[in-house]
Amino acid sequence: MSRYLERVQSIARLIDVQDQLGMDQPDTPGLGKWEALMRTTRSYEAFEKAYPEATPEDAFRFLTFDPEQPNSMFSCMTAARENARSIREILTSELWQQVNELYHTIRLASSELNREDQLQDRFLDKVKTSGLSFSGIVEGTMASGEARSWFRLGQLIERADQTPRILDVKYFVLLPSPEDVGTPMDQIQWAGLLRSASALQVYRGEFGAITPRHVAELLLFSHIFPRSARYCIREADQELRSVLGTQIGYFCNPAEQLLGQVNSQLQYATIDEVFNHGLHEYIDTLQTQIGLIGQRIDQSYFSN
Amino acid sequence: MSSLPQTPEITQRSKVIEYDLGQFCDEMYMPDGKPHPWALGLQETLNALGSRRLAKRQDAAERALFDMGITFNVYNDEAATEKIFPIDLIPRLVRGQEWDHIERGLHQRVRALNAFIHDVYNEQRIVTEGIIPVETIRSAEGFLEPCIGLTPPQGIWCHITGSDLVRDERGALMVLEDNLRCPSGVSYALANRNQMKRTFPNLFRSSRVRPISHYPSMLLQMLNQVAPAGNNRPNAAVLTPGKYNSAYFEHSYLARKMGCKLVEGGDLVVEDERVWMRTTMGLQPVDVIYRRIDDKFLDPEVFRSDSMLGVKGLMRAYRAGNVSLVNAPGTGVADDKLIYTYVPDMIRLYLDEEPILPNVETYRCEDKAQRQHVLANLDKLVVKAVNEAGGYGMLVGPHATKAEREKFAELITHAPRDYIAQPTLQLSRAPVLVEDHLEGRHVDLRPYILLGSEVVVVPGGLTRVALKKGSLVVNSSQGGGSKDTWVVDGDPAMDGDPAIAADPDVTDVASC
Repeated sequence: MSRYLERVQSIARLIDVQDQLGMDQPDTPGLGKWEALMRTTRSYEAFEKAYPEATPEDAFRFLTFDPEQPNSMFSCMTAARENARSIREILTSELWQQVNELYHTIRLASSELNREDQLQDRFLDKVKTSGLSFSGIVEGTMASGEARSWFRLGQLIERADQTPRILDVKYFVLLPSPEDVGTPMDQIQWAGLLRSASALQVYRGEFGAITPRHVAELLLFSHIFPRSARYCIREADQELRSVLGTQIGYFCNPAEQLLGQVNSQLQYATIDEVFNHGLHEYIDTLQTQIGLIGQRIDQSYFSN
Repeated sequence: MSSLPQTPEITQRSKVIEYDLGQFCDEMYMPDGKPHPWALGLQETLNALGSRRLAKRQDAAERALFDMGITFNVYNDEAATEKIFPIDLIPRLVRGQEWDHIERGLHQRVRALNAFIHDVYNEQRIVTEGIIPVETIRSAEGFLEPCIGLTPPQGIWCHITGSDLVRDERGALMVLEDNLRCPSGVSYALANRNQMKRTFPNLFRSSRVRPISHYPSMLLQMLNQVAPAGNNRPNAAVLTPGKYNSAYFEHSYLARKMGCKLVEGGDLVVEDERVWMRTTMGLQPVDVIYRRIDDKFLDPEVFRSDSMLGVKGLMRAYRAGNVSLVNAPGTGVADDKLIYTYVPDMIRLYLDEEPILPNVETYRCEDKAQRQHVLANLDKLVVKAVNEAGGYGMLVGPHATKAEREKFAELITHAPRDYIAQPTLQLSRAPVLVEDHLEGRHVDLRPYILLGSEVVVVPGGLTRVALKKGSLVVNSSQGGGSKDTWVVDGDPAMDGDPAIAADPDVTDVASC
């Protein structure tokens, strides 16, 4: 459930930034940067198939309200709500109500408004804020214990999956030709990338002026940015071990083992090594491993 | 989903465009009442939306700005101390070609102003060449004795300038004044822009508006460039008078966007001629200060000794070359409205060029003949105190009472150096939404110019609107509002349009 909720939020954030960015780059023809966004969510092929004309309006619909698409905001929200219903008895009423409310907000928006009116209505803001409030509700109403650990874990693994993906897709699109370095458009685009990971303000505080290398470093290896791969996996490792009470350095099942391995790999990697190895290859491997962690958790804890 | 639903309510909307041009040059419409070619899309959008939905969007925009806390504090107003800077939803369009012309003019002007300030505190060539009398310079309130002989890092004094541009009834653009003492307002332009993208997303996209969102990046880049030499990762901070200042929102906004620390005087300390910031981890060095407090309050050791806002010893650190101040102390000498009258001469002297953007015709009350002309024509002129800003200390002759004119006559006679006068300009107007229809209001334009290793001007700036009907004063402290300024390159398909394409001299065609 929490993975889906997190994904709803990240779709909202991606669309918002995309929309703003798109307006500052009026010269990009047709679908333009939406294509990169689709690739971030690994849904470009499905999109091409479903919407042969591929206008920006189509892209918006595809990502938000299309019930046929398993990765649309609406589908993810429906799945989150269904999951919540099946564990209704362990959710606090506040949490359930918030899930339900967000579901209805999205459902109503999908049936009533066109895109322009939705922007007026601050629809995306509502989704983003509502998404963030889940963490607060869980922290403030749910007993600490296994249920809460699973909630956190889903959230963290989804974040660890999303952030490097944004970097991977955009890094090569954005890498400037030498004459563009430091130009306004260059700055606008990198700032856009950071904003789509909610990282711009943290970045400014850490590094100031934007350079591609520091962007990669922050998104992968920051110790303090709550959406960096390193931060999320470190926290996820703690949460998972807390379920069975496993000590650091030990493991009781394949899920704990793999998460621990990925964690220590991330803790001790440096950005130089990553660039020598190849950024794309590095992120690719990382994502495969994160996918595998999800599967192993399922196998180790939920399949009987 | 692909376009606005064609509901019947959209068809009967002519009311929105009933609009009285009056005797003024208009930013959106030509004298025959048709929109300029580059404003056709805007016109269509206004018609399609109709007044009811426009008003709804206006409400939504205002609420959003209020929720985001994009407000300013009103002095002497106990009840409602927080107000949003009123925004009018209808953007002010500037054609790309005209903007390019403006930008060239601003580049030139800022280079000349910087050369002038440096000259004033060093060789004073402008005095020896007989262009400005030495007393005129020394009597400028912004002239600071302690800056004589100084060269700030890279010789840059006016890092940030806001020059106010107006268009007269003939359509010509002119510079009304130059603001070189921490000009404010840029954060409102940035916030307005974000709001406008939400308000008119489709129109915005199709208008191909030049972006401005990189301003904080450019500002930070400039701050880093002008840091004392030999520092690879300078620490920049924004120095604010504090949260009761009317522009505090802007100070915090820019600091946040740049990732700089926002500090008050009490957070800084000078030791060993270096500036340090007090933090929980001890003292951290500060290399560049974007200061939003006036020269006179900067350092009680050198200037006003009763200043609670400044930092003791700051000027020592500055003189030792250990900290850069943005703008440099002493820059205010060029903010003086009497000095302003000499800017065209500065451009000729320092750059050996002719001014691209003209000044507004200005009478120097200091000069006896000109003063007599001013006193004889007070009912036709606008009189301004040379050191005031924000619309204070000003007489709009045609709108003033006899008593007010007499008061100003006395002020001028008593202290002629302190006043200048200009003809009452018929400032151009732009349509604003008033309840359910459009009315014309007078506007100006304040672009923001950054001077670091190079000159950077973000396209557009803050369009200020005199929201009071008939008023010519656009300052926010005097009931002014703002509009987002869109520098538009239009539909590329329209480049073939002879009305737009064949246009070698932009000022000729300008507007009216």
